[in-house]
Amino acid sequence: MTPILEARGVTRSFGPIQVLHGVDFSLVPGEVHALIGENGAGKSTTMKVLGGYLSPTSGELLLDGKPVRFADQREAEAAGILMIHQEFNLAMQLTVEENLFLGRERRRGLFMDQKAMRAEARELLARLDCHIDPRTRIRDMSVPNRQMVEIARALGRKARVLIMDEPTAVLTGRETDVLLGQIERLKAQGTAILYTSHKLDEIGRIADRVTVLRDGAHITTRPAEGFSEHAMAETMVGRELSDLFPAKAQGAEDIVLDVRGLSVPGKVSDASFTLRRGEVLGFAGLVGAGRTELMEGLVGLRPATGEVRVNGMPIKPGSVLAAREAGLVYLTEDRKEKGLLLGKSLTENLTLLALDRFGKLRIDKRGEDAALTRAISDFDIRVKDRAMVAGALSGGNQQKLLLAKTMLAEPQIVIIDEPTRGIDIGTKQQIYEFIAALAAEGKSVIVVSSELPEVIGLASRVVVMGRGHIAGELTGDQITEDAILRRAMGVGELTGETA
Amino acid sequence: MTDTAAQTSGAPAKRRISLHALGPVLALVALIILGASLNGNFLSAGNVTNVLARSAFIGIIAVGMTFVITAGGIDLSVGSMAAFVAGVMIMAMNAMIPVLGIGVPLIIAGMAVALLAGIAAGLVNGFLISKIGIEAFIVTLGSMGIYRSLTTWLADGGTLSLNYEARSFYRPVYYDGFLGIAWPIIVFALVAILGELAMRKTPFGRHCAALGANEQVAKYSAVKVDRVRMATYVLLGALVGLATIMYVPRLGSASGSTGVLWELEAIAAVIIGGTVLKGGSGRVWGTVVGVLILSLIDNILNLASIVSPYLNGAIQGVIVILAVVLQREGKSAD
Repeated sequence: MTPILEARGVTRSFGPIQVLHGVDFSLVPGEVHALIGENGAGKSTTMKVLGGYLSPTSGELLLDGKPVRFADQREAEAAGILMIHQEFNLAMQLTVEENLFLGRERRRGLFMDQKAMRAEARELLARLDCHIDPRTRIRDMSVPNRQMVEIARALGRKARVLIMDEPTAVLTGRETDVLLGQIERLKAQGTAILYTSHKLDEIGRIADRVTVLRDGAHITTRPAEGFSEHAMAETMVGRELSDLFPAKAQGAEDIVLDVRGLSVPGKVSDASFTLRRGEVLGFAGLVGAGRTELMEGLVGLRPATGEVRVNGMPIKPGSVLAAREAGLVYLTEDRKEKGLLLGKSLTENLTLLALDRFGKLRIDKRGEDAALTRAISDFDIRVKDRAMVAGALSGGNQQKLLLAKTMLAEPQIVIIDEPTRGIDIGTKQQIYEFIAALAAEGKSVIVVSSELPEVIGLASRVVVMGRGHIAGELTGDQITEDAILRRAMGVGELTGETA
Repeated sequence: MTDTAAQTSGAPAKRRISLHALGPVLALVALIILGASLNGNFLSAGNVTNVLARSAFIGIIAVGMTFVITAGGIDLSVGSMAAFVAGVMIMAMNAMIPVLGIGVPLIIAGMAVALLAGIAAGLVNGFLISKIGIEAFIVTLGSMGIYRSLTTWLADGGTLSLNYEARSFYRPVYYDGFLGIAWPIIVFALVAILGELAMRKTPFGRHCAALGANEQVAKYSAVKVDRVRMATYVLLGALVGLATIMYVPRLGSASGSTGVLWELEAIAAVIIGGTVLKGGSGRVWGTVVGVLILSLIDNILNLASIVSPYLNGAIQGVIVILAVVLQREGKSAD
């Protein structure tokens, strides 16, 4: 079968830096072709070249077997090639139907044909098995539903090729299942799908072929069948991977954090738990279970009631600074919006949380510079140029910078929310090692994660949340996926959806 | 794990001044050359003092405005606020003459009133914006009208004048100086230097930039967002008070038309100087250059008779728009 879209020997340079070295990639109708690699391997650039956002420096693109050059992504769209970004391209203030028809509104004479658009919107959403009202505003919708709208929009534009950039990075297991089901359906309708994800189990489930990139070069393209997750990971990293998770530390007896009856209005009610010194405590639950809200309430980022004691001393509620001074810090799950100033220098990001350590009146710039040098080596942040802005770092390195920033405040207790979201496997392993090392140093860590293997692999004790309550606590051998899920959904129930 | 550290350690922080940061300076130099070639008096001590002393009011306010804008805010009320503070100051001084007599204590008391009035006005703006959470544009648009109208009301539609003898006693604060440099210029220079230091070297300046760049990140980084934002408006209010202290001795009066359009001139100077209007990055020295550019245009048009001075506003307008266009090109080239 002729591929719909094919890249042959594509290279791409940004200034003097070549980021793609002769990449071959093809998509035939009705297949899911996964593109995998570590952060910085060239996946995004490859996708952007295929989607018409970037033009190749050399090499060629073929559309239905004929050479083609897209001037911009509009031309690619006209040819039926659509890219769905990680950061959605939706107007938050507009409704679903307005977004679906943005720029190609149906008309009747001078006016818009609302009725036709609404009917078509309903039909598109129905094809995706997505039951949202087309009149809902995007800003009032959950992230997975926004994802569905993005896909519906692509369908509405009669996409023949769909390029999906980590569509499941922000989805829970259940939502991922729904999405993967829809991808199967699109595939059956003959759409070719380029799929990227750091979650290799998904690749195994839905991909027909897998292409691995490493350092901008094409390593292999193989049928997904018989390509094990472990083999994928090793091909991506280019070396043998030993066990992903380090050994678990056993906490001491003394309690460093004691939370009693903490409630966050509308999100969490009456949560109580304790954290011991040198312990890694996992927090599991479905998206919307209130884990992030509980942690934000705990450190003073949200209004909360209840008692929080650090080393037996109550901390002042509602003050992030007071929490930090008590040695309690929270590392956000949303590093782009809440964690880092993407347009600012590495130094300014690194020292923002602990700025008072660099002088009350006058900032000690030398000290800041030394801190950056130390952070780069301690956390293995791969920096091309010390004067670069944080937004120019790859996702994994941004996460390491965020970690370094948090640790600069010399906390005793660190709460890490989704420590490895959108991060490749090599960096993941490093971050797991950092977490284990923290616990070994006698610090206490809370890991909030939607990835169950992560919680299970890191934590010696797991608190499970469901619908704003603490639904149970598991230790040692009790910690299994099954046990966590049953508690998260409420035992025996089949429809525990709270997202 | 430490392979990347060796090559980068110990490298000093490079201070890079990009061409686009240098743009306003080049424009200023060009204006000075133009002025000097058009009129021999342009570089005379008298004219230079005149230009700088007149720049001082807007300049002092614009330094404060730089912090407000850097932190992601805006203040449209400063012109009206200056008129209001001047009015209050004059009324207070007139009222205190029977008690304090004409002399240094009266002047100091008047200055204290002006500073306090400015701080109070800034506090009101800051409180409504950061504690009540109303948009800065709306709050200061409202307070602009309020202060302007209050001034007209206090003056009963006319002019508030300082007692004649008090005025004569106070005059030197504008017209005299130290070592031949007029007081307003000295005060402006001090404010600019302290402002530049505060922006670049202190946690407050860093927090302003962080807040303007992304409020969420600032909040999650234990920055007291409300307090920092409030502080920028209070600082601006205090500087409006200080500018008024320098302004009142010049004319000795205030009316409903005092300080009209000062807010726009101050904002224009900040923008010309390279501070980003939506916040996140501010340059106090740039603001100073911006103020000087605006005053020099005015001065050159008055001295040289090539273009009508009535076109002053139009030329300033073109410069502001041009500055933003150049800023944007600098950004996309990154």
